[in-house]
Amino acid sequence: MTEAPMRLWEVFIRSRNGLAHQHAGSIHAADAEMALQAARDTYTRRGEGLSIWVVPSAAITASDPGDKDALFESGASKPYRHPTFYTVPDEVGHM
Amino acid sequence: MYSQALDQRDVQRADSQREAGESPDRLARFQARVEAEEKIEPNDWMPEAYRRTLVRQISQHAHSEIVGMGPEGNWITRAPSLRRKAALLAKVQDECGHGVYLYAAAETLGVSREELVDQLLTGRAKYSSIFNYPTLSWADIGAIGWLVDGAAIMNQIPLCRCSYGPYARAMIRVCKEESFHQRQGYEIMVTLCRGTAAQRAMAQDALDRWWWPVLMMFGPPDAESQHSDQSMRWKIKRFTNDGLRQKFVDATVPQARYLGLAIPDPDLRFDEAAGHWLTGPIDWAEFRRVLAGGGVCNRQRLEARRRAQQDGAWVRDAARAYAAKHAAPAREAA
Ligand SMILES: [Fe+2]
Ligand SMILES: [Fe+2]
Repeated sequence: MTEAPMRLWEVFIRSRNGLAHQHAGSIHAADAEMALQAARDTYTRRGEGLSIWVVPSAAITASDPGDKDALFESGASKPYRHPTFYTVPDEVGHM
Repeated sequence: MYSQALDQRDVQRADSQREAGESPDRLARFQARVEAEEKIEPNDWMPEAYRRTLVRQISQHAHSEIVGMGPEGNWITRAPSLRRKAALLAKVQDECGHGVYLYAAAETLGVSREELVDQLLTGRAKYSSIFNYPTLSWADIGAIGWLVDGAAIMNQIPLCRCSYGPYARAMIRVCKEESFHQRQGYEIMVTLCRGTAAQRAMAQDALDRWWWPVLMMFGPPDAESQHSDQSMRWKIKRFTNDGLRQKFVDATVPQARYLGLAIPDPDLRFDEAAGHWLTGPIDWAEFRRVLAGGGVCNRQRLEARRRAQQDGAWVRDAARAYAAKHAAPAREAA
């Protein structure tokens, strides 16, 4: 007999080096407090982090892979947004 | 490897409904993405057979990590020192973590954790044959870390580049933790081999019993594993079973020599031209027998999992009831 499902949570961890919280994986738990404890046991057994966020997986709205072109294509067609698009005379040196 | 039991009949059985949308054009686009080394992510379109192959392989891998806690857990209370006990506890806890990372990766393919656990407990799912062998002495803990985790590392490093993103990311995390497992095992072997004659005999006995089952972990020979091709095309697999087995043998023979232990294979020889250690024939009948349930510990391992599931049921029920009780007032207030 299959048991009733346990809620799914996404785990985000901020590592020691001061970077933003990063997605580490997911965890099952009945509530937020237990999700934090399970995330600690599962994802920080070797001092990987200084802070953990847990977010109900159902609360995340994700972009549709089918919309990838519409969402991100325009970025690729605008090379003038990158520094290498512009020429600076050699004599000026590094800029 | 941990997913050596991959049963291809299921993968090849057409799921006509879901596969109806798989035009040659779409399949070709998918294959092109794989060949361009793009990662396939959970919401991306994928062929149904690719999804099924991954669910099976990842869940078998997860089950192996979980069942694999049994043989080593057997020695935690009898570890010869506090140092060894702390290391073994940490290793077994890691294996539990590996199971959890892998279940989570499988779940991204649309199958629930509860369903996967159910498949294991009802005997519908397979796990690595290696965990159906008993751990008879403390030296077995050394041999498992050295050989079983060593073989797992050989298999798992290429899986870090698997085409399916969540599986690849889980394997990267696992691989970071495996090196400690192998080193603590080899350290146990070194200590025993530098000890008394009785301790050296214990180490030799463990190697004698684990050597052949460990070679079987890589799965049937390439000539007999027709599914290898498709998994290689999909870049789920990067090396064949025989290729990985050879890498493992080449890496391990010198380590056994350093210990002064004899590999239990009278046919073992170094092929100068090829630069490889060649082993004698592997007893594939034993492999099939153990996979089919005929190993020394198959029944015991599954019983232990079922008992753990039953004994923990009240905790999960209580957690759910507590969460429901505390969620209710919040909803009313909103
Ligand atoms: Fe593991
Ligand atoms: Fe391990």
